[in-house]
Amino acid sequence: MRSDGTRPAPMFLKLAAFGGLLFLHVPLLLIFLYAFTTEEKSYQFPPPGLTLKWFSVVWGRQDIWDAMWLSVKVASIATLIALVLGTCAAAAVSRARFFGRDYLSLLFILPIALPGIITGISLRSAFSMMDIPFSTWTIVLGHATFCIVVVYNNALARFRRTSGSMIEASMDLGADGFQTFRHVVLPQIGSALLAGGMLAFALSFDEVIVTTFTAGQQSTLPIWMLNELIRPRQRPVTNVVAIFVVAVTFIPILAAYYLTREGEHTGGAGK
Amino acid sequence: MTDSSGVTRRVSDALFRHPLWLLVLLLLPPLLWLGVIYLGSLLALLLHSFYSIDEFSGLIVYEFSLSTYAELLRLSNMDVIIRSLMMAIAVTLGCAAMAFPISYYAARYAKGKWKALFYLLVMLPLWSSYLVKVYAWKLILAKEGIVSWVAEQVHLTWALDALLSIPVVGGPSLSISYIGTFLVFCYVWLPYMILPTQAALERVPGNLIEASADLGANPGQTFRTVILPLALPGLIAGSIFTFSLTLGDYIIPQIIGNSSYFLGQAVYTLQGTAGNIPLAAAFTVVPIVIMLIYLSIAKRMGAFDAL
Amino acid sequence: MTTAVSFQNVSRHFGSVRAVDEVSLDIAEGEFFAMLGPSGSGKTTCLRLIAGFEQPTSGHIEIFGATAEGVPPYRRNVNTVFQDYALFPHMTVLDNVGYGLMVKGVAKAQRDAKAEDALALVALPGFGQRRPSQLSGGQRQRVALARALVNEPKVLLLDEPLGALDLKLREQMQVELKALQRNLGITFVFVTHDQGEALSMADRVAIFNQGLIVQVGTPEDIYERPQTRFVADFVGSSNVLPPAFTKAAGGPERWASLRPEKIMLLRGSMSSPHKEMNARVTVKAVHYQGASTRLNTVTADGTAINVTAPSSLGKFAEGEELTLHWPASALHIMESEG
Repeated sequence: MRSDGTRPAPMFLKLAAFGGLLFLHVPLLLIFLYAFTTEEKSYQFPPPGLTLKWFSVVWGRQDIWDAMWLSVKVASIATLIALVLGTCAAAAVSRARFFGRDYLSLLFILPIALPGIITGISLRSAFSMMDIPFSTWTIVLGHATFCIVVVYNNALARFRRTSGSMIEASMDLGADGFQTFRHVVLPQIGSALLAGGMLAFALSFDEVIVTTFTAGQQSTLPIWMLNELIRPRQRPVTNVVAIFVVAVTFIPILAAYYLTREGEHTGGAGK
Repeated sequence: MTDSSGVTRRVSDALFRHPLWLLVLLLLPPLLWLGVIYLGSLLALLLHSFYSIDEFSGLIVYEFSLSTYAELLRLSNMDVIIRSLMMAIAVTLGCAAMAFPISYYAARYAKGKWKALFYLLVMLPLWSSYLVKVYAWKLILAKEGIVSWVAEQVHLTWALDALLSIPVVGGPSLSISYIGTFLVFCYVWLPYMILPTQAALERVPGNLIEASADLGANPGQTFRTVILPLALPGLIAGSIFTFSLTLGDYIIPQIIGNSSYFLGQAVYTLQGTAGNIPLAAAFTVVPIVIMLIYLSIAKRMGAFDAL
Repeated sequence: MTTAVSFQNVSRHFGSVRAVDEVSLDIAEGEFFAMLGPSGSGKTTCLRLIAGFEQPTSGHIEIFGATAEGVPPYRRNVNTVFQDYALFPHMTVLDNVGYGLMVKGVAKAQRDAKAEDALALVALPGFGQRRPSQLSGGQRQRVALARALVNEPKVLLLDEPLGALDLKLREQMQVELKALQRNLGITFVFVTHDQGEALSMADRVAIFNQGLIVQVGTPEDIYERPQTRFVADFVGSSNVLPPAFTKAAGGPERWASLRPEKIMLLRGSMSSPHKEMNARVTVKAVHYQGASTRLNTVTADGTAINVTAPSSLGKFAEGEELTLHWPASALHIMESEG
């Protein structure tokens, strides 16, 4: 990999690589541009004029505030549940060897290995079978299922890198199980949990596929956006909300990246 | 020996003497959640696929039957399955073709700060809002959108029209055609292909490539006989994501594409407006079975090490 | 003398693997005790049984007369220096050393003072504010030692503590550890696979092989009077001679060991002063080692004998014929066949 890196890359490779990155990022930049357009009926390019009025329109729209509040609430609760359950699962799988451990770790990644629509429709039919009415909690239930996986993956990677003799050393020096957890284990996995929690929050805040099945008539921010996409009213308003969603998800992702950078990467987790 | 008072100490002692209790205590909450709530509903759904719907009353008949699966084999339903499969294959190939140069460049030529930046530039779109990404493409592909505008500026409108007039994949505008659906799928899942491919390429030692060149292979031969086989596990690992995600998605074809159904949409409509849970369940079995076959092939090719 | 650690028929099995098999052993208070053996011989498992990280499958362990089974590590007055040191990377050196006192509830000022003392004891005064990652391997090793000693343990366990250090540092630490143990009077139990380390530092050595203790004794005992072929071969690579050879060389018809450095040699056809204890051999391979030269030789009936000869004897050639001879006292007749 490194030995011949001094040679410059061939031109076509450079073009293909940077072209690919442009392909990934230009569409996101366009979202920003369209938030300022004066045209609200179509996606005309270039925009006939620029304006800031859509930001104040969004500010005054109660339905957007309601959706945002619901999204924040759901993402916070789901992340909290995921932090506890994901850490428990990772601790058990990394520390102990027991019968069926491999199947268990498969179960823990199943919610992201299978398409989200399957999780969604399964939960929905289970709710209707048991006559559970849709509520904030039904959305949380669905979100926590895949948020657990994100926390689990982050915590497991860190547990595996943490030397087992550190826990033994702590016990050896007179600390019981709880003291060892507080003074040694938690500081070791803390940043991984923070990173996992932030990714889980971002994932939940942005989730739409499972949510459409578990929300009923409620509207999270992504659901609100989906409705706007299918039946647009004031198109630039959607762009302003989209910018907000991008900001809310980018910040925790960047933070999570820096928190886990010294170790392995956190990627590869699907939706 | 040391102080033996304190409730936490005594709990800690008990857990030390019975390590199994600790394991059970740790595993029980996540197992209840994923094993009972998640797996339970999944199995309940699969069970539904063995029930059928009464054609006159529209109610579910709770008796074991394979008639729902027979219905799945009807021409119109097979159409949906085949269309989704073709799209999944096309998207996977498209992603692989676009991901390879990026991964190759990042793994072999990017260094230090640039490498971190490259990684971040792939990670950010991966985690950023799915809906926002889809929405961005609606802006780009719309009839009055950017692609049309650019085509007009460079006097290539005729080429765009020619592309759109291709039977089957074309349509009135890019946002109402299979080409558009394909593009958006590729865009949204591309990072899932780049990351494992890059990871696999990172593991190809540079001296292996030099050894191949040393033995007289030209760059093309080195690529075919050394680099590609070694990158293959990564590409297959990535394809697990692109394939599975394309099969299950119902939002992209709903927003960008002509109105023909894909698997996800079929499931969504059947369980929703049509209320035909048994057929919807049978439909979900299709991606599960396809993915299981796909995973077992991928496992045999060593793709799991690259995940 | 009080018994510090006592093993009575202790076994530890992992599934079908007998890591420790029916071991009985007494370690006296104030003793420097080494556990020596190849990797996988059960010595580290024995150490972990004393520390409390493992529980015996059967048998009984006592530490200063108190039953140890079921007692968690944090309730044992025993501390360990780990092979990888296991320093806490998120704490300063001072907090690492003071950890044991902190979890016991010792006030911060007193804890820091004691930790400083312990650091001075291991010749690292003023290193308290550094992080473990800023220290060299040898310094980390000393911090690990200070962290264990600050708790004033009755038994200190050391798991291959010098394994990661380079040769010079290792020799220096051997001297320091020995002096430290003498001054503190604490019982040291030391696990190593390096026979030189064990012989030079320990009061007594236990030789482990395949989960069993094959011999316990002073370094002289072990080196001069190995009881089994395994001990003879593992400690100092002695020549192990079959009964027929021993008899032909003038001894009883028993397995015997003969140290390479105790063999003298005559070149050409000179006759030997020890008429009864000699052998004619052919040189198979020559390993020049500076001050000495190691010769692999073989007798006419195929018995291999290694000889360490002073290099001052000149150059040896492969195929050269030699006469080996040794005093009768050098030949050690072994008690067991094992």
